[in-house]
Amino acid sequence: MSHDLAIVGAGPAGMAAAIEAAALGLSVAVLDEQPAPGGQVFRAVEAASGDPALAGEFLDSGGALAARFRAARGIDYRPRTTLWHLDPDAGLLSVASAGATAEIEARRVLLATGAQERPVPIPGWTLPGVMSAGAAQILLKTAGAVPEGSVVIAGQGPLCWLLAVQLLRAGVERLTLLETGAGGALRDALRAGGLWTGRRLLTKGIALMRETRARGLTVVRNVRDLRAEGDGRVSTVRWRQGGREQVLPCDTLLLHEGVIPSTHITRALGLDHDWDDLQLCWRPRLDAWGATSHPNLAVAGDGGGIGGWEAAAAGGRLAALDAALRLGRLDAAARDARAAEPRRAQRAALALRPFLDRLYRPAAGILAPADDTVVCRCEEITAGQIRGAARLGAAGPNQVKAYLRAGMGPCQGRMCGTVVAGLIAETRGASMETVGALRPRAPFKPMTVGELANGRPDAMPELTA
Amino acid sequence: MTDPDILVVGGGLHGLSAALFLARAGRRVRVLEARRVAAQASGYSAGGVRTLGRHIAEVPLALEAVARWHRIADLVGDGCGFHAAGQVRVAENRAELALLSERVARLQAGGWTHEELADAATVRRLLPAVAEHVVGGIVAHRDGFAAPLRTTLAFGRAARAAGAEIVEEARVTAVERRAGRWHLRTRGGAAHAAPLLVNAAGAWGGRLARAAGEPIPLGFNAFQMLLTDARPAFLAPVVGATGRPLSFKQSESGHVMIGGGHKGHADLDTGAVQLDVPRLAYSARTALDLFPILRGARIVHAWAGIEGVTPDELPVIGRSAVADGLVHAFGFSGHGFALAPLVGEIVAGLLLDGAAHHPIAAFAPARFGQPGAVPETQSALLQPAG
Repeated sequence: MSHDLAIVGAGPAGMAAAIEAAALGLSVAVLDEQPAPGGQVFRAVEAASGDPALAGEFLDSGGALAARFRAARGIDYRPRTTLWHLDPDAGLLSVASAGATAEIEARRVLLATGAQERPVPIPGWTLPGVMSAGAAQILLKTAGAVPEGSVVIAGQGPLCWLLAVQLLRAGVERLTLLETGAGGALRDALRAGGLWTGRRLLTKGIALMRETRARGLTVVRNVRDLRAEGDGRVSTVRWRQGGREQVLPCDTLLLHEGVIPSTHITRALGLDHDWDDLQLCWRPRLDAWGATSHPNLAVAGDGGGIGGWEAAAAGGRLAALDAALRLGRLDAAARDARAAEPRRAQRAALALRPFLDRLYRPAAGILAPADDTVVCRCEEITAGQIRGAARLGAAGPNQVKAYLRAGMGPCQGRMCGTVVAGLIAETRGASMETVGALRPRAPFKPMTVGELANGRPDAMPELTA
Repeated sequence: MTDPDILVVGGGLHGLSAALFLARAGRRVRVLEARRVAAQASGYSAGGVRTLGRHIAEVPLALEAVARWHRIADLVGDGCGFHAAGQVRVAENRAELALLSERVARLQAGGWTHEELADAATVRRLLPAVAEHVVGGIVAHRDGFAAPLRTTLAFGRAARAAGAEIVEEARVTAVERRAGRWHLRTRGGAAHAAPLLVNAAGAWGGRLARAAGEPIPLGFNAFQMLLTDARPAFLAPVVGATGRPLSFKQSESGHVMIGGGHKGHADLDTGAVQLDVPRLAYSARTALDLFPILRGARIVHAWAGIEGVTPDELPVIGRSAVADGLVHAFGFSGHGFALAPLVGEIVAGLLLDGAAHHPIAAFAPARFGQPGAVPETQSALLQPAG
């Protein structure tokens, strides 16, 4: 069965796009890996409705959006469904679900696959007890799980403060925040402006910081050379501050250096991307409606550039309006008229971005860890090995992958791809644009041989072209 | 820069191997590579080093090449990830076994003993995880596999060390023979000239031949491969099937590579490759039929690499039939990787003293008959790729 629009991801962008597109009369399919709508930011929001640790925007706004998505007519919602291959010319989506594969046809595809946490390769980051702040938040949201003992959040970005509040509310008693931000970032950020337009978000952030103080959070600033140590499990974190070595006992270390667009699928499809030198990540090249360099494909939400859930929802609606135009359901005047409101909402939600992007700019060293640091966790490849391969002639991350298997493990390069490219750029004195991005391959998420083989004809299919 | 003696078009394994032997013979060599070293088939190959199941015409070359693989570090200063793990081709029924048995007899009549017939028990000893229905097979013990990119980079480094110059991002846009010299122009307008020219342009070799005035029919395939996550070791040799295209192996790191000739789609002009999902799934099913242990293995990568294929699925190796100072080495049809350490030497011999020193008549550029308007063909493949 063919759809007008297939949307990949049921987070804020995907849900808002689906609601808008269905209201315009498009037949819509929404594929999502999770069992319930919400995406990362509103993960399991329907089930968590009574949890006081998560009260506030998460339950109010996220819950309302999920409810509207559930109530909308004309949406073929497919939870627990993973997109593993996409042929955008043919409009053919290959999905894996319930142990078998299937195809979905659509005239247009909107990728709303969101963000991923920036990998933080520090010495010791592979030790048990070290995880990303986002992973800790998932445990909190889905299982109500709270880490015990001395908990350290290290890094920078708004999520550090949000998670700190959520953990303190959930009963964590010994919590320390090690801030790795660069000195002078605040001054630079203030020059970016947008504070008045973004005042609502700014107020929200300041309120979070106040609450952490009131609940007894210890904050250490200007943290450098962070490392996790321990025998079989993290027991200590070590860092330098103003030239002095500091140590803290630690049972759980939560790392976070901000989030970056999840470009795994857009890069696998070979779409045009630009290197974001401020946030040190790739972004797909999009127009004001989220349209990509491929005529049948659009991107909405954090996957196109980090903006938070309100900007994502607005972007989803804009992409849906543009899809309706391209599919002949709206003329340009009608599209533009309907776009005024989401466009305003998007602008307001993004006003604070230049400030935040500068305030929480990751240190350049995040793409050039020390030689003994494991970079590819799946294959246990160190930064030193990658520098060595670059010296031997590997000119880009795709060559390093073939050479060292860095990026060939189950994470498919999600964790190491950009760091590998950064190490090659450093070793060869080349720009990130020259070194290029890791080109992921299908399947976009690992699937088993059994899944792929299921439900297939016994005879070898004839070539279709 | 001084003009070279020889221009080599193609920075893949075959071009670099030719460059290595020519540079070691004291010639000034310049390799022109359209993109980057190993950008196409050399980087996408499965890395099979195989005499087993070769076309009879390729057997002498394959045997000599495999002998060189066993001392590859002496040639290029790097082990190239070569493992002499052996190759096995299994028979899934009596008819297939009879076919294999006939082949071994025919080889032995020709004096070749490198392929051995194996009964079901022997195959099961070599491949403990193989499916119950396998009734036997053939084995070549000295065969194995190597790491394709590592190999190609090693040949490139060795060629450079011997004095060869490798120019990347140098796509050839014009070819002309004038006053006893080849004049090539590359994208951006740079001009290169030399008395001798090697066509090692892989899937694009047919285009270069035509530009040099010698139409040679060449199609192309996009061979699909699947790679799983690291599994506990269950397989040492490279395995192929008899009745259906399949080639697979488990690397030392535990990853299982499944390939063997299931084709995706490709565009020679853009280099873009698209997977064919139903055929990929068929490939998975074939692998599963032979090794049920793979059911839970997670596929982490699937890809397709463009490879030139001739109408008879044998390579084009030899002096041009129409132009002076031109030697072709392309169109290896999915099984050229293993031959490279030898073919480079053959190409050098043809250029420098006019002799191949190895039987290559079956690969003559002129064998496809009178040159004319030969279309690019898409040929089916029975030999496992890689």
